Amino acid sequence: MTDNVKPPLIQFAGVTKRFGALTVLDNFNFEVAPGEKVTLIGPSGSGKSTVLRILMTLEPFQEGRLTLAGMDYHEPGAAAPFRASERHLRNIRSHVGMVFQSFNLFPHMSVIRNVAEAPVRVLGLSRDEAQARAVDLLALVGLADKKDHFPSQLSGGQQQRVAIARALAMRPRVLLFDEPTSALDPQLVGEVLAVIRDLAHEHDLTMLLVTHEMRFAREVSDRVCFFDKGQICEQGSPEAIFTAPSHPRTCEFLASVLG
Amino acid sequence: MQWVSYLPSLAQGALVTAWITLAAIAIGALLAFVAGIARVEGGRIVSTLALCYTELFRGTSLLVQLFWFYYALPLIGISFEPVATGILVLALHVGAYGSEIVRGALASVSVQQVEAARALNFGRWHTLVHVTLPQALIEMLPAFGNLAIETLKLSSLVSLISIADLTFRAQSIRNLTLDSAGVYTLTLVGYFAMSLVLMMVMRLIERLARRGAAFPRAAHS
Ligand SMILES: Nc1ncnc2c1ncn2[C@@H]1O[C@H](COP(=O)(O)OP(=O)(O)O)[C@@H](O)[C@H]1O
Ligand SMILES: [Mg+2]
Repeated sequence: MTDNVKPPLIQFAGVTKRFGALTVLDNFNFEVAPGEKVTLIGPSGSGKSTVLRILMTLEPFQEGRLTLAGMDYHEPGAAAPFRASERHLRNIRSHVGMVFQSFNLFPHMSVIRNVAEAPVRVLGLSRDEAQARAVDLLALVGLADKKDHFPSQLSGGQQQRVAIARALAMRPRVLLFDEPTSALDPQLVGEVLAVIRDLAHEHDLTMLLVTHEMRFAREVSDRVCFFDKGQICEQGSPEAIFTAPSHPRTCEFLASVLG
Repeated sequence: MQWVSYLPSLAQGALVTAWITLAAIAIGALLAFVAGIARVEGGRIVSTLALCYTELFRGTSLLVQLFWFYYALPLIGISFEPVATGILVLALHVGAYGSEIVRGALASVSVQQVEAARALNFGRWHTLVHVTLPQALIEMLPAFGNLAIETLKLSSLVSLISIADLTFRAQSIRNLTLDSAGVYTLTLVGYFAMSLVLMMVMRLIERLARRGAAFPRAAHS
């Protein structure tokens, strides 16, 4: 490795993931540099969510090696399925945050508690510190005035913005977005994308984004990866992928989504 | 107007019934949470133990359980007061059925909520206490209300281990006066009044729990 190349923050090396008899990722190799914004596109069922869910430790994988900031997801001698102790998994999770397609806010907590709860319970911040942090983040996503509402009182777009604030409150190095606007009414998509677009300017934050919003992907990403059948079929700069795709499957997919 | 003379004795019996029922519900609810959480969160051994408890007490007759605790247990040197025995056996019954309610309600909280908690790096205990249980609790309340009323009605079985509850008093008065119609009508009214009160209390608790915007769905009727 030459001196001017940063070591990858995330490295999948020969990762194989199976659900029973179904092999979703087969000897998968993928690297993400610190601060890089990577978009995963591809047909449904191609394994994009699985990649994010493995990174978030929501899914175990069977073979190969995955590291985050040099930390190996597997611990030698630890038991399946995760092959890591709960302590080790929590250590990994402390660097990663995730925004889900269906928001998954806690319905019994007010907006501000949704954002402040984990910093209090997990990071050990005082209520006041956590609330101050939460208020700042809610202002960042444009929802400071909704802090005492409950999730059920918000629109989908507002809920997703709260979910983004909630993930940011844990100050992750890596933030994963799994189709963050797919569950939204078309007129609410823009407000969520605007928040993510602002985050993409954060130099230190590494972002992995699964989306079907191709124009948006083109704007915010450093690199676009086209997934097909558990493999990265083609990847490159947004310009390269969107204006001059070389693989026939990529052309086919882009033709189908861009209409 | 002979029946007026039954009232003092029946009222005393009703107090015993109320006390036994409430104590059994309180202790049983505790058991229900311990066993229900053990079923969901416990390792293999703990959850199997909880399952054995649940199935043992759901799968055998409450009356025979009462007799067993009252007549058989003393033979190996363990004996309780009749009232304590009645409360214990009813509580074990509530715990067994209640643990199924707790387990079902915990399982009904969507897996996405647990995943969201995990993505925020909540530990298992925090996830249970702050994410799943508060949501499950709301789902449990109607079923616990039914179980409470069921327990009130089943408590009449304790009259068979010579506890002077409402049913026991009714039997005694009937044996003296032979006024079956009067005595048993009053007894039914007594049980009905008590279950009405229980029902209203449970409704109130449910309404309080659903107050505010967190759970906008209408209360179960
Ligand atoms: N929990 C699961 N059990 C079994 N199969 C699954 C599960 N989750 C995902 N899959 C399968 O894995 C494949 C990849 O899924 P996913 O990663 O969700 O694809 P994408 O996000 O690209 O649409 C699909 O065929 C899907 O059916
Ligand atoms: Mg997906």
